Amino acid sequence: MTVSQKRSLCAWSFIGVPLIYFILIRFYPSLDAFSIAFTDWDIVGEKKYIGFDNFIVLWDDPIFWIVLSNTFEYLLLGVPISLLLSFVIAYFLDQVRFGHGFLRACYFIPFLTTAVAMAWVWRWFYQPVPVGIINLGLGKIGILQFDFLRSTTEALPAVLAPAIWAGLGFQIVIFIAGLRAVPITYYEAAKIDGATSWHILRVITLPQLRSTIVFLVVISSIGFLRIFDQVYNMTQEGEGGPLNATRPLVLNIYKAAFENFDMGMAAAQTVVLFTLLLIITIIQLRILRK
Amino acid sequence: MNKNKASLNPKKIIIWTFLFIGAVIMMTPIIFMFSASFKYNDQIYDLTLFTSDFTLDNYIYLLENTDFIVWLSNSLFISLFTTFCVLFFDSLVGYTLAKFQFNGQKIVFIAILSTLMIPTEMLVIPWYIIARDFGLLDTYLGLILPGIMTGFGVFLMKQFFEGVPDDYLEAARIDGVGEFTIFIRIALPLVTPALSALAIFTFLGNWTAFLWPLIVSSSAELFTVPVGLASFSGEFQSDWELIMTGAALATLPTLLVFLILQRYIIRGVVLGGLKG
Repeated sequence: MTVSQKRSLCAWSFIGVPLIYFILIRFYPSLDAFSIAFTDWDIVGEKKYIGFDNFIVLWDDPIFWIVLSNTFEYLLLGVPISLLLSFVIAYFLDQVRFGHGFLRACYFIPFLTTAVAMAWVWRWFYQPVPVGIINLGLGKIGILQFDFLRSTTEALPAVLAPAIWAGLGFQIVIFIAGLRAVPITYYEAAKIDGATSWHILRVITLPQLRSTIVFLVVISSIGFLRIFDQVYNMTQEGEGGPLNATRPLVLNIYKAAFENFDMGMAAAQTVVLFTLLLIITIIQLRILRK
Repeated sequence: MNKNKASLNPKKIIIWTFLFIGAVIMMTPIIFMFSASFKYNDQIYDLTLFTSDFTLDNYIYLLENTDFIVWLSNSLFISLFTTFCVLFFDSLVGYTLAKFQFNGQKIVFIAILSTLMIPTEMLVIPWYIIARDFGLLDTYLGLILPGIMTGFGVFLMKQFFEGVPDDYLEAARIDGVGEFTIFIRIALPLVTPALSALAIFTFLGNWTAFLWPLIVSSSAELFTVPVGLASFSGEFQSDWELIMTGAALATLPTLLVFLILQRYIIRGVVLGGLKG
């Protein structure tokens, strides 16, 4: 055996077992999910291939459209709000020396919490008086009360808030890392030219942070598109109510698969989710390649 | 001191004040959670954070009357075991892809990279069917199996191993050291920052994981903390002090680890986030 043959053999012996794992636990299930999407299957009986029927049913299902619009609402509210907040905090936190570590820790700790646990904390906060902290506090200073989780319009933002809150810490530390990577000479040159800090922010900082921003937009988009834990734990019986007002795609998938055992419909919706994520990734690659 | 005074302009004080208020708001849910966990049922209706007659009854109740200890140890075991597997296998694969030349190398890499495109939500249905067919529903193996290797980790480790100079490895080879020993003894210690980043993400991901454990476990002895907490809280809807105690128990371990290893954790998160 030549040296290169020997090394090749060694390589395969290293990756052999992991490769089998990836084939059995990642590839095969991925293909299987696509194939189930085209069946009518209650998980115990025979799989019946029905072509695109599941997708046609979804298209005609008003609840599916509500679910899809909720999902986009999470995405379109969550991404800009969380990125704006985290950028502003990171931008100023980066300039602060006194108590920097303490402040950073306070912003970062929510990222380490368990979504399920925090969903219940926030659910408590949102309760009507005399239980909920927020309404209790608002009552003390005599302003109006909110229905939060009981209202079809307020529930979705109320569920979204803990998701944004928990993700901020991650985005802030990534932004700070990005800010520190901007060459200091750029700033010095700008200062010599007498640029204002607003001008520096627009012309130097933000363009330099482009790849950081793209990265965070993609990561947080993927996160908000897949929101589940908060909705399941904050709404009555985990239904995504009231009246489906908070139900996102993943909860709808979960209900279809593990409560109604309509595996075909559930898999079809995972294909929709996959397509959405694929589109985001492609857009990201396009932007970064420029 | 004088220097500090010179930089103490009003603008900085305003910025600092706003950042401080923001930090307090960020910590509010966690502070109120811990506060409520030390209160009696009739005290959670007032906004006082810590009353003089605080109680440990809630903790005692949870530990004695629910399976919380079991859930905590399940979560700890699953998270640690999974993290260990991920560190070992992902770095082994990443190392092989970075440091060996062999036929099919590119295909293997692209194939593993492509698994990053598939969301867990898509896989849980086939996983559930596999678990059912192999009798893995409601078992530790069923809980653990889907997570023991990740495409993310392979990708991360490969990037870091590419930065390890070949000379180090060659020198060991000339000395007749076996390939596996080279990997463990020489290559791995050179990428410890990446290993700790991967460990943080994997542990945290498994500690907080909800969807798959919710699907695969049905008996309370196999619940992880999030699943146990969700079922417990659903049952005790109005006993907010007990629910907050459960939430506090779920939060405490990661919080403690963070307070001890703060710098490493933030560095690891940045590293894993940016390179991954």
